[in-house]
Amino acid sequence: MSTTTAPKPAPTAPSAQPAQRLRTRGPLRPATVAKNLGALLLALLFLFPVYWMFSSALKPSSEILTKDPVFVFTPTMQNFEKATGVDNFWTYVTNSLVVTVSAVLLALLVALAASFAIARMRFRGRKGMVLAVMMAQMAPWEVMVIAMYMILRDAEMLNSLPMLTAIYFVMVLPFTIWTLRGFIAAVPVSLEEAAQIDGCTRGQAFRKVIFPLLAPGLMSTSLFGFITAWNEFAMVLILNKDKTAQTLPLWLTQFKTAFGNDWGATMAASSLFAVPVLLIFIFLQRKAVGGMTAGAVKG
Amino acid sequence: MTVHSQGAATSAPQDAPLKSAGLPPKAPAAPAGPSQPSPRGGRKQLPTGWLPYLLIAPAVLSLAVLLVYPLIKNVILSFQDINKIEFIQRKYPSAGFDNYTQLLGDSNFWTVVLRSFGFTLANVVLIMAIGSLIGLLLNKLGKKMRLVLSMALVMAWAMPIVASVQVFYWLFDEQFGVMNWVMRTAGFSGYEQHNWFETGLSTLTIVTVLVVWGSIPFVALNMYAALTTVGAELYEAARMDGANGWQTFWKVVFPQLKPFFLITTFLEVIWVFKAFTQVYAMNKGGPDRASEILPVFAFVEGQSQSHYGLAAAISVLTILILIVIMSFYFRLILKQEEEQ
Repeated sequence: MSTTTAPKPAPTAPSAQPAQRLRTRGPLRPATVAKNLGALLLALLFLFPVYWMFSSALKPSSEILTKDPVFVFTPTMQNFEKATGVDNFWTYVTNSLVVTVSAVLLALLVALAASFAIARMRFRGRKGMVLAVMMAQMAPWEVMVIAMYMILRDAEMLNSLPMLTAIYFVMVLPFTIWTLRGFIAAVPVSLEEAAQIDGCTRGQAFRKVIFPLLAPGLMSTSLFGFITAWNEFAMVLILNKDKTAQTLPLWLTQFKTAFGNDWGATMAASSLFAVPVLLIFIFLQRKAVGGMTAGAVKG
Repeated sequence: MTVHSQGAATSAPQDAPLKSAGLPPKAPAAPAGPSQPSPRGGRKQLPTGWLPYLLIAPAVLSLAVLLVYPLIKNVILSFQDINKIEFIQRKYPSAGFDNYTQLLGDSNFWTVVLRSFGFTLANVVLIMAIGSLIGLLLNKLGKKMRLVLSMALVMAWAMPIVASVQVFYWLFDEQFGVMNWVMRTAGFSGYEQHNWFETGLSTLTIVTVLVVWGSIPFVALNMYAALTTVGAELYEAARMDGANGWQTFWKVVFPQLKPFFLITTFLEVIWVFKAFTQVYAMNKGGPDRASEILPVFAFVEGQSQSHYGLAAAISVLTILILIVIMSFYFRLILKQEEEQ
């Protein structure tokens, strides 16, 4: 992180003048202006879809269905009312929450055990396990939907929330094992040994020494798992045709019909769906960047 | 599932009988593969025996049941002739290699394959090129501006794919979309009610805009993070040697970031290649199935056309392609692991 100050002697600044270091509040150089202007433009470009989602959600329908977009308007809640007023809205919400939260908790529990073994123990097949976890992390779930559908059709388990939970659990499990393994490996073994010398059993040492140190890691890992499961679309689309067993990603696609698209409601639903994830990302920002594995979120 | 978790919960504390089980502690020191340099600095020999297996058992079991079994089932289905009637009657007549011969002899299949590769190539090139440039820009910015840009990137990154698909469809809406207005304002004609989803190619172009928009932040922010690991003294040395910006990048920075570039590129290839949600939720693979890439092709063949065996064969072939791509990726990762 030393670079926040370091890269000032801009290596690519075209034939930089020798006065670089003294430039605190001097006259702005064109290169700096261009740089900042470009950055601002890019920021606006990346934010625009997000802004447009929220602003369309807040517009009265008369100002959505205009040929030339309206930028100044009186915000209204009517789109949100329409979006949340559909049949089963609260069923979608509870389904999403129950499925994602239980999948993530289950994954944490199972992953904690597995990653402890991988990070701290030697056993025949350890390397194979690491490899399996790595490959499972890249599992092409999107391509397996047909097979999954056939299996669950024959098992009479379509439209089953526990089954969806189980699938999401396995989806986030490899990533969870992978990251927790890193976190556990980062805790010095000597800490654990010290606890054992002081009379803890290995289990106690884990619970009293390692676990508290893992808390931040557990937190971010589970939030990433939460996002993965929260956003999942392909599986629930094919497996749970019954509306009472569907989750929020399907709720927000239902305002586009053959009779026309209710863009206000769609944007309101998309906003409501996105807000928790946006908040989590702001919260996690630092952890998200840097860790390559974190990228598995958008798999 | 609960059975597994209970197993995990209770297994952790009861580890008292350490070396009880058969294996002598020293024996499995080099379990698999030749490269096992005592991991992470002279770790003491920890207990072996049944405990690690007990700890990984729940994970292994769940992966076996819900990941490996469906993969196997997928392969089996691909050798069966299951269409609407067989599906309803729950019959699974064998088809031999029929599904595969039908697919490989079908020009439509090859069109989809080519389209998938083209789509992936276009996306990954754009993502990596623009993403890296923005990463470099982030590194050059002052503190405040960097915060502004990275927050904007994080927002785009965080947008759930299903939601951003809706937003992009709305941006490019035929009647009231803001993009038609932008084009008109910029002085282009023919954008009164331009249908951006008229052809497969135009639909995939919109999908590309969406995917690139959503994937750049990952590359840019990680690129920036990687750049911060390049020591300032390296820049300094390059400057002393009289290197210009371009030379500094290619001769000093790039070699340092090469692993990063390779890994990120492969990750993006894998993600884009199996981008189901973006394509399907945008236009269901339409118009006239002309924007289908392989995962969508498999889905539509199975779900809408009720050709389940054929769909499974498409899946298998898609997974095979993915495995080839992934094997390169895993080799890179393993190399990195060993170097660390």
